[in-house]
Amino acid sequence: MKAILLAAMLGLAAASALAVEPGERLADPALEARARALSGELRCLVCQNQSIDDSNADLAHDLRVLIRERLSAGDSDAQVLQFMVHRYGDFILLRPPVKPETYLLWFGPFVVLALGALGAALYLRRSRRAPQQAPAPLSPDEQRRLQKLLVEDQG
Amino acid sequence: MRRLIYLLPIAAFMALAGYFVVSLSRDPSVLPSAMINQPAPAFTLAGLQGQPGLARDEFRGQVVLINFFASWCVPCRAEHPLLMQLAAELKTPVYGIDYKDKPEDAARFLSELGNPYGLIGADRDGRVGIDFGVYGVPETYVIDKAGRIRLRHVGPLTPADVTRELAPLVKELQKS
Repeated sequence: MKAILLAAMLGLAAASALAVEPGERLADPALEARARALSGELRCLVCQNQSIDDSNADLAHDLRVLIRERLSAGDSDAQVLQFMVHRYGDFILLRPPVKPETYLLWFGPFVVLALGALGAALYLRRSRRAPQQAPAPLSPDEQRRLQKLLVEDQG
Repeated sequence: MRRLIYLLPIAAFMALAGYFVVSLSRDPSVLPSAMINQPAPAFTLAGLQGQPGLARDEFRGQVVLINFFASWCVPCRAEHPLLMQLAAELKTPVYGIDYKDKPEDAARFLSELGNPYGLIGADRDGRVGIDFGVYGVPETYVIDKAGRIRLRHVGPLTPADVTRELAPLVKELQKS
C-alpha cells in the first residue's frame, strides 16, 4: 500500500515538473538558476499564456536553449531580455514594462480608485453639511388615513 | 446642465463596450511585430541539397519578398499556389527560408507543388527565424531597397491580403 502511494506521489511530482528537458540544463547551477528565472519571465508566443519555462512548444524549447547559450556566453539577464524584446517586442515579457505607453495599464486602476474616493468624499461631505430636514408634518387628512390603517391592522 | 453628469457613467460604459467590441474582432494570435521598419537581421544560409543558399547582403538594393515555409506546415500548402502566382506576376524576387525542415522533405514538397522561390535558404535550427521574430510558419516579409522590413504577414497569405496590402506596397517600394 505504502509503495503504491509513493509511486502515485512520484508520478504526480513528475507530472507537475516543468517543461525544461534534462538535455537543456546547464552544468553550472548558478547559470541554470538564472536561465530558469529568465524563462519564467518570457511568454511562449505560440501558446501565449504560458511562460517558455512551462511550455512544450518547439519554439519555447528553442528559446530556452538560446537563453542558456546567451548566458553561457556571458550575457547579463537584462541583455538576454533585451535580445528577446528586440525580436519579439514587449509582448514576450509576461510582466509589462513601465513606460509611457503602459502608464494607463499600470496606473489606470489607481486613477479610477482615486476618482471613486473623491466622488465618495464629496458625496459624504455634502450630505453631512446639508441639515437633516424633518419631513413635513401630516395634514389632518393624512392623520385620519393613518389612524384608519392602524386600526385596521389591529383588527 | 447638472443632470448631464448622470450620463457620464453611461458614456464611460459605452466607450468601454466599444473597445471590447473592436477587440473581439481582432485575431489574438496575430502579434504586433517589433521588427517593422527595422533593418532585416543579417543571415547567411546554405541552400537545399547543394543548391545556392540565401544571404541578406546579397539582395541589398532590391525589394524582396521573404517567405518562411516548411514541408511539415499545412497552411504553407494552402498558401503555395498564391506564392507561385506572386513569383510570376510580382516584378520582385520571392525568396524562401525553409524553417526547421529536412532538406530532402523540402525538396520533395517543392517538386510536388512547384518552386516559387528564386533562392532558398535552409534554416535548419530555426535561428534565423528567431532573429526575424517568427513564431510560426508561414510568415511573409517585404524588405525594401534599404534592407528594412516593411511588412510582416503572419499565417498563410490570401488573395485579399495580396491585393489589399502586399502588392500595392511592393509597387510603391519599387518606385522609390
